[in-house]
Amino acid sequence: MSFLLEPLQYEFMLRGLLASVLVGIVCAVVGSYVVLRGMAFFGDALAHTILPGIALGYLINGGTRDSLFWWALGTAVLAAWGIGAISRRAQVREDTAIGIIFAGMFALGIALISTVRSYAVDLSHFLFGDVLGVSPHSLWLIAIFGGIVLAVVAAFYKEFMTLSFDPVLAMTLRLPVNLLNNLLLGLIAVTVAVSLQTVGVALMVAMLVTPAATASLLTHRLPSMMGLAALFAALSGLIGLYLSYYLSIASGAAIVLTATVFFLLAFSWKRIKPV
Amino acid sequence: MYPRIDHQSDKPILDVHDLHVRYNGRTALEKITFHLHVGERVAVVGPNGAGKSTLFKVVAGVLPPNSGEVTVSGSQPSVHSCIAYIPQRSQVDWNFPVSVADVVMMGRSAKLGPLNWPRKRDWEFVQHALETVEIADLSGRQIGQLSGGQQQRMFIARALAQEAELILMDEPLSGLDTPAQEGLLDLLEVLRGDRVTVMLATHDLDQAARHFDRIMLLNLRIIAFGNPAEVLHSEKLLQAYGGRLRTMDGQEGLLAIDDSCCDDGEHDHVHN
Repeated sequence: MSFLLEPLQYEFMLRGLLASVLVGIVCAVVGSYVVLRGMAFFGDALAHTILPGIALGYLINGGTRDSLFWWALGTAVLAAWGIGAISRRAQVREDTAIGIIFAGMFALGIALISTVRSYAVDLSHFLFGDVLGVSPHSLWLIAIFGGIVLAVVAAFYKEFMTLSFDPVLAMTLRLPVNLLNNLLLGLIAVTVAVSLQTVGVALMVAMLVTPAATASLLTHRLPSMMGLAALFAALSGLIGLYLSYYLSIASGAAIVLTATVFFLLAFSWKRIKPV
Repeated sequence: MYPRIDHQSDKPILDVHDLHVRYNGRTALEKITFHLHVGERVAVVGPNGAGKSTLFKVVAGVLPPNSGEVTVSGSQPSVHSCIAYIPQRSQVDWNFPVSVADVVMMGRSAKLGPLNWPRKRDWEFVQHALETVEIADLSGRQIGQLSGGQQQRMFIARALAQEAELILMDEPLSGLDTPAQEGLLDLLEVLRGDRVTVMLATHDLDQAARHFDRIMLLNLRIIAFGNPAEVLHSEKLLQAYGGRLRTMDGQEGLLAIDDSCCDDGEHDHVHN
């Protein structure tokens, strides 16, 4: 028992646990659409693309962290719609266009941050997350914006499901397809901003994709897929943080590794005992 | 609310005038002019790449034509939610985590309007549609567990839930065994009572002749359009299929063997 309770005496640990569970749930629900629509590469690219925005905020505010959420949010929404528009109109293949943009933006972010002396620590926090550094203020932002994302998913549940399963049906039903597509990109962007502190830009795609993919192996209905994904993500957050505490490994990596183990277990179980 | 439009009952359910469509720099359809009456069954027959899927997507209002005019009950297709497009089975993600009833309920998304969740009445509507197509007992199944014939029935139920008045079916018979094909064609007969108009793309000239009021022979342009006896002449078929068709006069009438089969990319016009 003390094994479980001992870390909880630290407030930063409590906040970190809450943050990683909340972020896990939001990522899992939005990630279900990312998995079903085959947007994993887009999610990864989007996460990397926000780095220059964070870097700008970091330079302008002289290293304070609390305002970085807004910089991340703004860049993510702009980047999501920008990548969406460019990949629709580009003269090269969509994945090539995304690859060029995201690598270029990522490099720009690193270049900007490297202008600051002793940048290495902060850069690694942006890249790999710093869940134990979540302030009470950041926790509130995570809760509020995560809640907004979940509320929008619930409100447009049937539209998003129809659009993801059969875009032509959505068009013949005259649903506002472009609006809904952009709304979904916006939701992914907000999710990326919300997750920045827990897993960082480099590991973000794992939170979007891994729990949802694990759940998709175990269920045949979208609501249960989202529910199971949220459960796996929340558990990954909890277990990952305890692992990080006791084994002294980086928190973001521990969370992602735990989620990966869940996926491998589900995958093997499915192999041994096909449903 | 999502758009909804009143139908002008004095206008044909579908009126196409001088339609031209270019796709990827080549002509996909040209000089297409025809109209359909309410409740008609029309088979669209032609080789692969003839433009069958393109025609359906233009009629459904999801692919804009380069020139020409399409009207459905007197107004352009893109304002109607009564047109059902049933995709080829190869275009569907059968692993998607939805049940048969979920897919049929998607047909009601427009009628429900934004922010509304399905009510009891909507689930009854879905149940009734599934009973009509005789797969009510499968409503809870994940869609990948259905047979080919059941999958097509599910999409017809979805069109019924959509309250479709014009149903466009893109090669629904391909890949089905003969009993499943006949079952599906019998089902379309049952629906005739609801004044639903059906356009169906197929490769099977014999079935087209036996089950449909009119046959449209299509290869970029309309080669022939009329009742089966008028259309199924070997010289018109040769014109539509070129060298890719072998015909022979069998005991039960004209037999045609279509050498070409399956996908060639003409079905990938719509991007979201």
